Amino acid sequence: MSNVVLETRGLTKEFNGFTAVDSVDLQVQQGHIHALIGPNGAGKSTFFNLLTRFLPATRGEVLYRGKAIGTLAPNQIACQGLVRSFQISAVFGHMSVLENVRVALQRPLGTSFHFWKPASSLDRLNQRAMQLLEEVDLQGFATRKTVELPYGRKRALELATTLALDPQVMLLDEPTQGMGHEDVERVVELIRKAAVGRTVLMVEHNLQVVSSLCDRITVLARGKVLAEGDYPAVSANPQVREAYMGKEAAHV
Amino acid sequence: MTTSTLYPDTLQASRQRRQLQLGLALLAIALVAPFVAYPIFLMKILCFALFACAFNLLLGYVGLLSFGHAAFLGTGGYITGFLLTRYSGLTPELGILGGTAAATLLGLLFGLLAIRRQGIYFAMITLALAQMTFFIYLQAPFTGGENGMHGVPRGKLLGLIDLKNDLAMYYFVLAICLSGYLLIRRTVNSPFGQVLYAIRENEPRAISLGYNVAAYKLLAFVISAGIAGLAGATKTVVFQFASLTDAHWHMSGEVILMTLLGGVGTLLGPVVGSSLVVWLHHVLGGSVLGSWMGTILGTIFVLCVLLFRDGLVGYVQKFVRRNLR
Ligand SMILES: Nc1ncnc2c1ncn2[C@@H]1O[C@H](COP(=O)(O)OP(=O)(O)O)[C@@H](O)[C@H]1O
Ligand SMILES: [Mg+2]
Repeated sequence: MSNVVLETRGLTKEFNGFTAVDSVDLQVQQGHIHALIGPNGAGKSTFFNLLTRFLPATRGEVLYRGKAIGTLAPNQIACQGLVRSFQISAVFGHMSVLENVRVALQRPLGTSFHFWKPASSLDRLNQRAMQLLEEVDLQGFATRKTVELPYGRKRALELATTLALDPQVMLLDEPTQGMGHEDVERVVELIRKAAVGRTVLMVEHNLQVVSSLCDRITVLARGKVLAEGDYPAVSANPQVREAYMGKEAAHV
Repeated sequence: MTTSTLYPDTLQASRQRRQLQLGLALLAIALVAPFVAYPIFLMKILCFALFACAFNLLLGYVGLLSFGHAAFLGTGGYITGFLLTRYSGLTPELGILGGTAAATLLGLLFGLLAIRRQGIYFAMITLALAQMTFFIYLQAPFTGGENGMHGVPRGKLLGLIDLKNDLAMYYFVLAICLSGYLLIRRTVNSPFGQVLYAIRENEPRAISLGYNVAAYKLLAFVISAGIAGLAGATKTVVFQFASLTDAHWHMSGEVILMTLLGGVGTLLGPVVGSSLVVWLHHVLGGSVLGSWMGTILGTIFVLCVLLFRDGLVGYVQKFVRRNLR
């Protein structure tokens, strides 16, 4: 099993006695697009917070590339190539679109504490930033203030910013949530492209997206793993149908 | 605002030209001002302007409300006063440097204790630490307690220029305050400033991009404390006097007022706000309204918060942006 890049063992999170994530054992294979699905309140976002140490786990451990990362700070985890996005679009609203990507690119330069250098010293990153914007079809918006972008574009920008870190594993929390049909298709294509040579773990409600994009699916319900497998296997599971797809089966 | 190649060239160029013109005009005014107004009064404005700019670096550009900045102003003043009184061979610039260094160190200490707190808790811890500092200065023998520290010699700048001459003193203070202002301006427009901006806009996202946000905030806090100390140090040399007023929590409150009045998060706002407040003190202090000073400032504060969210400079900037594009 050497090609497991991310693994949890008995990962548990309790909030004042309420168990939001309940001893989850999960293995994510290198190179996979792995979906995490489950009804609202199942604990998916909390699980992401545990993986990236935005929340401390009550019990259990997270192994990334075979090593426990329970002692690292969230930013250190990001530096090691395990990068998350957020359920609510997370962009830097009053920076320009290009600056959003550039602020992710600048960290490896090692000048981020240099308060005496002009910001124009970052201009050499502009070309790379433009390339990343082109990848998500935002090159025409580079100089715009980010708050002015429509929602779907903001999510695309978020993806470009994440890609700027060249992560090994990307955690995407509902990347298509609240999007119109066209935006969903565009983002799905973006993820497909971005996932080449990387691993993706994504929370996704849209089962069409899941079926077309993901190699493996884990179903979470009330904090526990209910089922796991590829799409046909999971969607045939009667427990899953009852817990999750019952309402949404018509949607597929 | 921060980067040169990101905006359409004409807009960027015209904005830069406008900024340069404004800067040169202000510099010209500052250079001739001591021939029109009392140099001492002007120097007081300059010192408080620098103090407010330092405070604004935190509130306006990191989003941290410190309620303890008087401690840094006071420390800069007392340590410089102590050094210059005690060591008669010391030139004023070295005394000021010493006071600034002490405030910077105190800033590091405060910062380490407070920086991981959010919002009101951050404000409360900085207030508590500043109160402790105040009581130390109240008790410590070298400060003169409630009587203050008197007779600090101005000395000779670099051992050459006698600062007893108010005009010489004025230009020295102008040079210091201008350097401090330019340092803040550069800090905001630096690679470091970009990360600060990102943190202020969305802290969890900045963390997820790999930034150790506490370390960035801490550095900003230390820079801010150091420059506030520089302001206090300079003020002591000007007035040849250091007192508890500068370390009192009233002063921490007043710098908030100055910054909000002028425009938080604008580079020039604190300069304008502090000039106004110092001028108000000057005008009202000697009049029958003197005892109403607190009430008047409080009223202005409330009006600012309710009506002029962007402060005077913020208001003007918006106006200019709307009409001069
Ligand atoms: N910080 C918190 N404190 C208390 N309860 C929380 C906290 N965060 C999440 N929860 C609870 O944990 C459960 C799982 O939430 P979440 O992980 O956001 O679910 P999902 O992302 O699957 O919709 C919910 O019942 C939620 O109310
Ligand atoms: Mg969620």
